[in-house]
Amino acid sequence: MTTMTDPPQGSFRLSMLLYDTRYRSMTFQAIALLTLIVAIAYLTNNLLVNLAAQGLNISYGFLADPAGYDIDQRLIEYDNQMSHSRAALVGVLNTLLVAFLACMMATIFGVIAGVLRLSKNWLVSKLMAFYVEIFRNIPVLIWIIIIYTIMTAVLPPPNAFRGDNATSSMLMDMFAFTNRGIYLPAPVWGPGSMVVVAVFIASVFGVFAYRRYAKTLLYSTGQLLPTGWPSLVILLVPTILMYFIMGRPVGLDTPALQGFNFRGGIKVGAPLIALWFALSIYTGAFIAENVRAGIQAVSKGQTEAAGALGLRPGRIMNLVVLPQALRVIIPPLISQYLNITKNSSLAIAVGYMDITGTLGGITLNQTGRAIECVLLLMLFYLTISLSISAIMNVYNNSVKLKER
Amino acid sequence: MSDTHAHTVSFVRTETLPEREPPYAASGPVKWMRENLFATPANGLLTLVALYVIYVALSGVLPWIFNGVWNAGSLTECREILDGTRGACFAVLSERWPQLIFGFKYPPEYYWRPTVAFLLLFVAVAPVLFFDLPRKLLAFTAVYPFIAFWLIWGGTVLSPVLAFVGVAGGAMVYQKLVNRSFAAGFFGGIVAAYVIWKIGGFLIPETASDNAMLGAVPSRDLGGFMLNMMLGVTCVTLSVPIGIALALGRQSSMPLIKWICVVFIEFIRGVPLITLLFVASVMLAYFFPPESSVDLFLRVVIMITMFSAAYIAEVIRGGLAALPKGQYEGADSLGLDYAQATRLIILPQALKISIPGIVNIAVGLFKDTTLVSVISMFDILGMIRGPILASTEWNGVYWELLGFAALLFFVVCYGISQYSQWLERRLATDHR
Repeated sequence: MTTMTDPPQGSFRLSMLLYDTRYRSMTFQAIALLTLIVAIAYLTNNLLVNLAAQGLNISYGFLADPAGYDIDQRLIEYDNQMSHSRAALVGVLNTLLVAFLACMMATIFGVIAGVLRLSKNWLVSKLMAFYVEIFRNIPVLIWIIIIYTIMTAVLPPPNAFRGDNATSSMLMDMFAFTNRGIYLPAPVWGPGSMVVVAVFIASVFGVFAYRRYAKTLLYSTGQLLPTGWPSLVILLVPTILMYFIMGRPVGLDTPALQGFNFRGGIKVGAPLIALWFALSIYTGAFIAENVRAGIQAVSKGQTEAAGALGLRPGRIMNLVVLPQALRVIIPPLISQYLNITKNSSLAIAVGYMDITGTLGGITLNQTGRAIECVLLLMLFYLTISLSISAIMNVYNNSVKLKER
Repeated sequence: MSDTHAHTVSFVRTETLPEREPPYAASGPVKWMRENLFATPANGLLTLVALYVIYVALSGVLPWIFNGVWNAGSLTECREILDGTRGACFAVLSERWPQLIFGFKYPPEYYWRPTVAFLLLFVAVAPVLFFDLPRKLLAFTAVYPFIAFWLIWGGTVLSPVLAFVGVAGGAMVYQKLVNRSFAAGFFGGIVAAYVIWKIGGFLIPETASDNAMLGAVPSRDLGGFMLNMMLGVTCVTLSVPIGIALALGRQSSMPLIKWICVVFIEFIRGVPLITLLFVASVMLAYFFPPESSVDLFLRVVIMITMFSAAYIAEVIRGGLAALPKGQYEGADSLGLDYAQATRLIILPQALKISIPGIVNIAVGLFKDTTLVSVISMFDILGMIRGPILASTEWNGVYWELLGFAALLFFVVCYGISQYSQWLERRLATDHR
């Protein structure tokens, strides 16, 4: 004898907006929306009043004006008669350059330190723990300045390389370490060099094809081909042969001292090196902790079970431990890459011309267009961050444990 | 039987032998070294390489430190004392100590005030950090911000007193109303505090600061490591409650509130802190009413607080997500409403899970306070790179100064992370 009772169908009263859970969330959201609109209106009004009081307006026309400043370290053609937007583009590329270099090197440092910290060797693991703690607990800005100071105050000036009794000499006559930066030999692409490059690219594909063939052979017949030295041979021999067949088309332009400075070669400026190394060793310490946590997250039973199946230690690492550890390591690794990209904005402290140094630094100060510049700057970093997050989401979904 | 046995065996030992020492190579330091340093040839090689690295580092640094000069007026004087030998010139630290700690504009006769505030900071945070201390000490923690404000900035005692009265009034109203409804208590408290401040604002005369007990110091005169400490402590403290609110908002079932929080968090996390500091230094002033003048310190505090609140919100969201669903359902089945469930059941557990993350953010934030030197505030790094290295006496003393700054940060950050590990062990209620 149960009867369903309908909820009371009384008429709508105003108090129900607050006390009835069906309507309460609507009330709160309406209040929030109203507050938001009022706040935005208030801030915009303040902005307009302030701008009008100073006779300013919001306009992006300044981006087409000539920039009028030089950028020493650049990847694309640029001179001071080009526009502010071109300068900003140089800055964008410089940001991406230092972020890319620092990501690579931080990964190398981090993986080495993380693996060595798990070493059975007491001294080595303590040394790595020391490295991690020292670098994690001191601000990255201090590291950038320390390395910049090493570059500029300890390395010799270019004129120390001059004269008969020069106090400094170039390494192998190719590399010069000066307080203005490091000079490296630059490749010169002669006629026919494209063939060599094409052969090299083809051999990279060849290595992959060979490895794939070895794997299929192993799975279908059980026959195991060596992969280590054949890969190296496939990678190098055809390229070297072609290099000599074409009559050595790729030359090196070594830096040489002319007047007060080095000419020729590639110059890697001191600010770039300071930023690159500081970001690498600082973030490397964080990555080391991620790597250690990832390897420790794979339970020992996995290794033992793989050993019981008769796998060799190298294969246990490759087929059992690493795939599981990477699932734990990669997401924080990618967010460390994001951190590197954002921390590369500290370039402004050592005068490296990245996007913060060009658009947010000199352009802002020259044109006085603070709001426009800062907004563009934020937009750039936001785009990078959101794209990296998107990549991370795709990756996370692809390695997610398939639960059935 | 025993007789026959005695005849067949020529010798039977009746007493036990004394215990012998284990072999030399299988015990003590030798065994330890064989296992931990020279287990395999490769391992041994690694040990030798590590020893060499340590030797090179120490042989370079130790003589430099122990040969250091602590009393000299300038770098040239230092070099004369060293007389060609290698050694540090720590004299810059002893001579410029006040500048490194307090900045170069803070009036020297007032140095005792930030020092007292710094020492009181330990008393104030102790009951927050260590639960075994008597709870009554928390009363001092509540008063501390106002005392510290008065000590550092000086001026009339009325403003901090008024601020405190406002907060206390708001808290009382909150206590009265919170049993009826959390929202009523919360908003009632805010309104009460606001009313008290407005009324009090009329009562304090304009000239109150002129002949105050403690002379007023404008905030652009703050500097040195004191500035880093102030920014770190203030912004972390302010950003925890904001972070909690943002995290709850992001988990909310109300789409509008959720999206406001998501956009705010993702925006802040997507841009580097330095752009936010640019906003503080060149852009934020445009958003305040024309007649108001909000000083740079306050603008920087606003932006850094927003920055760390977004990060803390993400950490707390992780804690909220880690709670088993049964906790939410259990709270609902007890008949608790949202505010009660959150306050009494969800947050205490979620915050406990998020403590290591929050401490990580706090350490990161404290390190990031050095970035204010880029927008020409003279924190410790700004002091070193600006006035001290630019002076004629100390031009060229890099390592001593940078090493000192690094050491200060290391001590604080390492200390905090050790505390967090201790707290994690302390709060572990699950049995392992």
